Amino acid sequence: MDSSVGIVKAQTAQFDAPFTFRSGAVLPRYQLVYETYGELNADKSNAILICHALSGHHHVAGIYQDEPKNVGWWDNMIGPGKPIDTNKFFVVGLNNLGGCHGSTGPASIDAKTGKPYGASFPVVTVEDWVESQARLADLLGIQQFAAVIGGSLGGMQAMQWSLSYPERVRHVLAIATAPHLTAENIAFNDVARNAILTDPDFHGGNFYEHNAVPKRGLRLARMLGHITYLSDDAMADKFGRSLRAGKLGYSYDIEFEIESYLRYQGDKFAAYFDANTYLLMTKALDYFDPARAFDGNLDRAFAAARADYLVVSFTSDWRFSPDRSREIVQTLLHNRLNVSYAEITSTHGHDSFLMQHEHYHDVMRAYLGRIAQEFSAQEKK
Amino acid sequence: MNEHDSHKLAASRPDFAAIAAWIPEGASVLDLGCGDGSLLRYLKDTRKVRGYGVEISDANIVACINNGMNVIQGDFDAGLSGFETLSFDFVILSQTLQATRHTEALVSEMLRVGREGIVSFPNFGHWKNRLQILSGNMPVSEELPYQWYDTPNVHLCTLHDFEAFCGRHQVRILDRRVMTRGKEVSLLPNLLGAMAAYRFRRA
Repeated sequence: MDSSVGIVKAQTAQFDAPFTFRSGAVLPRYQLVYETYGELNADKSNAILICHALSGHHHVAGIYQDEPKNVGWWDNMIGPGKPIDTNKFFVVGLNNLGGCHGSTGPASIDAKTGKPYGASFPVVTVEDWVESQARLADLLGIQQFAAVIGGSLGGMQAMQWSLSYPERVRHVLAIATAPHLTAENIAFNDVARNAILTDPDFHGGNFYEHNAVPKRGLRLARMLGHITYLSDDAMADKFGRSLRAGKLGYSYDIEFEIESYLRYQGDKFAAYFDANTYLLMTKALDYFDPARAFDGNLDRAFAAARADYLVVSFTSDWRFSPDRSREIVQTLLHNRLNVSYAEITSTHGHDSFLMQHEHYHDVMRAYLGRIAQEFSAQEKK
Repeated sequence: MNEHDSHKLAASRPDFAAIAAWIPEGASVLDLGCGDGSLLRYLKDTRKVRGYGVEISDANIVACINNGMNVIQGDFDAGLSGFETLSFDFVILSQTLQATRHTEALVSEMLRVGREGIVSFPNFGHWKNRLQILSGNMPVSEELPYQWYDTPNVHLCTLHDFEAFCGRHQVRILDRRVMTRGKEVSLLPNLLGAMAAYRFRRA
């Protein structure tokens, strides 16, 4: 029977050693908030790291004691008896560096100035995140993850793990992701960034000290993003051309249901998400390109990889289309790495990776079951 | 899988043992239409192959993963463009040839991606099939269990047909095994053989 991990508690890890970013920037110290579910086994071989996507965070599963309605963003995937089974695995979720859910980010106070970092917070790359996640793993005593799992931007981190630390990850589950963004995809991100950057309330990233929030920009950025995470079919299905008032109003007010929905999503997001974090996350997406250091040759970029891979895509996902996942699969094949690839038929676009979907969950369950067999066989020896 | 399972599998699919006999230890294998991954598993257990399967069906993807096999979801009948030239020692099409649409292109693709190809298929020229046609019906048998209206088989052939096909398509047959109910057939194979397996390469 599927069930929830129940009440969970966020924890904070402090890192006092300086962190040097890819860009050369240095943070003297920082913190990462994280949650864990399940129990680490004796030889610490059953740990799974969940990497979050653009707007995600450390609250991946379960609920909080004082917020019973605040359910983790991947609760349908993680829990006792669920595909990522917390009866078998020790699952770690964290808020990435630069985030806005408790880990050190642009809204955190810079000890040097006594003011929020704002615009001065370093641009973070996927490689930086993997580096910071590895330090968290050190702290938790995890030498090697049984699996690193992520969707979208999280999938990029999962793949990067197998490139940065080939010996520290046995399986990579890369879901609805790509080996790098296309020009079109970067273009979407740039429009979203421009919405924020040109909002008068943005104040060059230092809006905190002006007691302002660039809500209009954030809202537009989210509305645009949201369109690209859905599919034409899903929108037609859910909203079609339905009018809220049932008739045309001959005005520029909200008339179509889709307008209402997008504005609601935009407002909800703008109310809690940090504009600088949004900029950072989209930049990390744009920069990710492991082939870049190898003259654009992705095969060579993966030559160091040793992990086994599960690659999953969704048929209606046009932001990270199945073709992009097949590029990953080809590179893994060329490197003679173990890989399975599932192309899930789904109408929900890019967002499919977060949805309850029987076949998708069956695939995940099967693959994770295999991983669990490995370390239980190890334990018996 | 233990040894007992391997024996059971080989008994239920006589072409498995025939195919395995042609594959040297440690070879790399691409199995097109790999089903639940049984053949790959058999080859991994008995020949220690490095194998990948290609499958189109959702259920078989899950079955292969459960079986511990690498499987790539895709329609190989549309080509093998995702696979590099000569990237496998063997490309196998087990009991699937007769259900492919673009058979000519596929055999050519098999020999682009693999150094050698292996196919197994039911022999339409088997006397039991001929008898059913003579009596005025489409053949239905252990090897051809479908009715005319629900069969996935669109390119059935006899041993003669396949060998003629190879001759016309610069395919050199290296080896052939003909079987009926798991037993080797050497006399009048195109009449007495229920199924055949071929190993071939580019001529």
